[in-house]
Amino acid sequence: MTSTSMHQAIVTGAEPIAARRLGRVHVKAVTLAHGGGGKAMKDLIDDVFVSAFDNAALAPLEDQARLDLAALARRGDRLAFTTDSFVVDPLFFPGGDIGKLAVCGTINDLAVGGAIPLYLSCAAILEEGVPLELLRRVARSMAETAREAGVEIVTGDTKVVQRGACDKLFLTTTGIGVIPRGIHLSIADARPGDVVLVNGVLGDHGAAILAARGDLLLDSLIESDCAALHGLVRNLLAAAPGTRTLRDATRGGIATVLNEIADAAGVDIEIDDEATPLRREVRGFCEILGLDPLYLANEGKIVAVVPQTEARAALEALRAHPLGRDAVVIGEVRAGHGRVTMRTFTGGTRIVDMLVGEQLPRIC
Amino acid sequence: MKYVDEYRDREKAQTLTRAIASLVASIPLAIDRPLKVMEVCGGHTHSIFRYGIEGILPKEIELVHGPGCPVCVLPRGRIDDCIAIASRPNVILTTFGDAIRVPGSTKSLLGAKADGADVRMVYSPSDALGLARRFPDREVVFFGIGFETTMPSTALTILAAEAEGIRNFSVFCNHITIVPTIKAILDSPDLQLDGFLGPGHVAMVVGTAPFAFVADHYKRPMVVAGFEPLDVLQSLWMVLSQIKEGRADIENQYARIAPDGGNGPALRAVAAVYELREFFEWRGLGSIDHSGVRLRDAYARFDAERKFAIPNVTIADPLSCQCGEVLKGVIKPWQCKVFGAGCTPEVPLGALMVSSEGACAAYYQYGGLNRTKRQASA
Repeated sequence: MTSTSMHQAIVTGAEPIAARRLGRVHVKAVTLAHGGGGKAMKDLIDDVFVSAFDNAALAPLEDQARLDLAALARRGDRLAFTTDSFVVDPLFFPGGDIGKLAVCGTINDLAVGGAIPLYLSCAAILEEGVPLELLRRVARSMAETAREAGVEIVTGDTKVVQRGACDKLFLTTTGIGVIPRGIHLSIADARPGDVVLVNGVLGDHGAAILAARGDLLLDSLIESDCAALHGLVRNLLAAAPGTRTLRDATRGGIATVLNEIADAAGVDIEIDDEATPLRREVRGFCEILGLDPLYLANEGKIVAVVPQTEARAALEALRAHPLGRDAVVIGEVRAGHGRVTMRTFTGGTRIVDMLVGEQLPRIC
Repeated sequence: MKYVDEYRDREKAQTLTRAIASLVASIPLAIDRPLKVMEVCGGHTHSIFRYGIEGILPKEIELVHGPGCPVCVLPRGRIDDCIAIASRPNVILTTFGDAIRVPGSTKSLLGAKADGADVRMVYSPSDALGLARRFPDREVVFFGIGFETTMPSTALTILAAEAEGIRNFSVFCNHITIVPTIKAILDSPDLQLDGFLGPGHVAMVVGTAPFAFVADHYKRPMVVAGFEPLDVLQSLWMVLSQIKEGRADIENQYARIAPDGGNGPALRAVAAVYELREFFEWRGLGSIDHSGVRLRDAYARFDAERKFAIPNVTIADPLSCQCGEVLKGVIKPWQCKVFGAGCTPEVPLGALMVSSEGACAAYYQYGGLNRTKRQASA
C-alpha cells in the first residue's frame, strides 16, 4: 500500500491548467505501481482526475488548496465543513454513479446547514485491477456534477490497495461552504406546531440500489433520486426564512431523520401514512420484498421543519423548483419526548422507531 | 396500486371498525376478562402493528400474538448448528434475511459472517441453487426455515437440483408445521383463547381441512385470514360473529389466495421430499411431537444434516426468557421480565425480539413501550 497526495490547487492566483502538460496512462487497469508515488502515479492522477476536474483553480501541484479568506467572508459569517465516504455497490446504477453520489452527498450535507457549497476535496481508494476507463467515467461524472452545481474540486488524494483490500473504488469527499449571515438551522429547533415537509417521493435511491445489485432478480425502472439540493434549499430559505431544521434523508430514510429531529428537539413528530409520497414502483418493490419505504435511503430528498406560518410559502418555494415538484407536508411537530408516530389509514397509530441494523426482508 | 389499495381503504376500515365495536357491544361477556383472539401468523402480527390496528379495537378485545413466526421459534441449538455448517471453509450458507440476526448461544449468522463465514442472503431457495450452479467448487447450503408456506419452494428446489444432477447443493432443513403447534397451544392448561385468525399463507398450501380440529375438538372459531389490514379487520369481525352466535367453525376469509383444498402440486412436492420428524424443538414452547420435517432418505444427499457433521446440541432457552408464555398468550410481551431491559432489538435475548414479525420486536418498535432513546451518529 502506498500513499501520496494526488493533486492540489491554489484557488487564488492559480495558473490556468493548460499551462502544464498532463500525463496519460497507457495500460487498461490500475496496478500497485499507480500508487507508488512515482511517474505512474502522477500519470494516473493527471489522466483520471486533473483532466476531468479541469477548472481555473486547479494548478501546479501543491500539497493543499489555498482559499482566499476575504472572498469567503464576503459570502457569509461561518464556514461549513463536512465529509462523507462512498462505498456504494454497484458503482453505476440507474440515475447515477458513485462519483455523482460523492459530489451530491457532500454538497447536500453542506446545503442542509444553509451553507453555499463552494469547494470539495476528493480522496480515492482504488483496488488493484480496476479498469482505467471506469475511473475516467467516474471522474467525468464527478466533474460534470460539480460543474452543474457550481462547486470546484480543488484538492485530493489517491491510494491504490491490493486486490481484495477494497471493493473496486471507494471515494471520500470533503466539502467547504459558507453560511450566509442570519441563517441558523438546527436539528434541535423543531417546535410544537411546526410542519414537516419533504421535497418529493421517498425511497427511490434505496430501491434503485437494491434492484441494481441484481440478486433480487427483479426488473425495475426505479432510478436513484441522487441530486444536489443547494439550489432548492436556497429557494426554500428565501421563501421561508423561519425554517427551523433541514436534513437530507439518506441512509436510514426519513424514519431515521425524523427520529433524530424528534430526539434532539425533545418533541414528538406525527406523520400521515397517506400523505407520505411514494412512487408506485417503489411501493410495489417494498410490498414484494417486505421492506418499509420509510427506512429506504434517499439521495435527493430533504426533510424540512418550518413554522406553521411559513408552511404555505415553503411548500410553494419547494414546488417551484424542479427538484421539489412533488413536495408535500407529511406531518407535524407536537409537544412530547422524542417519539415519531405515523397515523395509518385505519385511524390507528404506530411508532416509527430507529432501525436497529439493516432492514431485513420478511419471509412470510 | 392494484391488489393493494383495495385492501387499505380508509372508509372500509372505518366501517369494519364500527361493525366490530357494535358486535362486541352485543356479545354478553360472561367472563371477567377481554375476549382473546390469537393471530397465529407473524405476518398478521406485523400487519396489526404496522397499521396500528390494536389501537382502534374496543378494549374488550385483546389480540394474542401467536407462534407463527418461524424465525422466532427457532431454537438456539439449531442456529449454532447452522453456524457450524456456515463456518466450514468451503461452504456458502444462504438464508432468508430475517434469520440472519437470530441469536445462537454465542452469536448470530451475522456474527459468523463478520468472523469470516460466507453467509449470503437470498430471497428464494432457487437463488441458492443458482449460486450452486455458479460456484460448482463450493458447497452451497440453504438454511430452510418456515412453515408449510416455504416448504414447497425448498422441496421444488431439491427436486430441481436432483433433476439437474447438482451435487454441491444441500438444505439445512428446519421446516416446521403449524398444526401440531396450534394443538399444543390448545392443550396447554393455562390457555385463555376464544378464537383464532388462521394462518392464511399456510392454508394457501394445505387448505383449510387440517384446521378442522380447532372447531371440532376444541370448539374454538377460526377464520383463515389474509394479511392486508382490511383482511385482518374483516377476519376479526368474522371470529367475533361466530362467538356471538355460539358457533365454532373454520371459515375462510382469504379464499382469493387460499383455496379450501390447498395447492395440489405444492402438497405433492412436500410429500415427495419430506417426512415428519418424531419431534422438533421450538424456542419457548419446548419439544413438540411431529412438528418438524426432514428430508426423506431418497434425498439424503441434499440433506446438510447428513452431509456435514453438525454438533446437534440442544441449548436451553435463557432462564429469564419468557418467550413461551408470550407465544401462548399467557403474558403480553411487555410483561416479560427482560422486555426492554435485558432483551432489546439491538441485543435480543429471545427470538421474539429479533424478527419484525416477532411479537416483542413489534411491541418494542411499534408499541413504543420503554423506548430507549438512541442518539444517532452524525
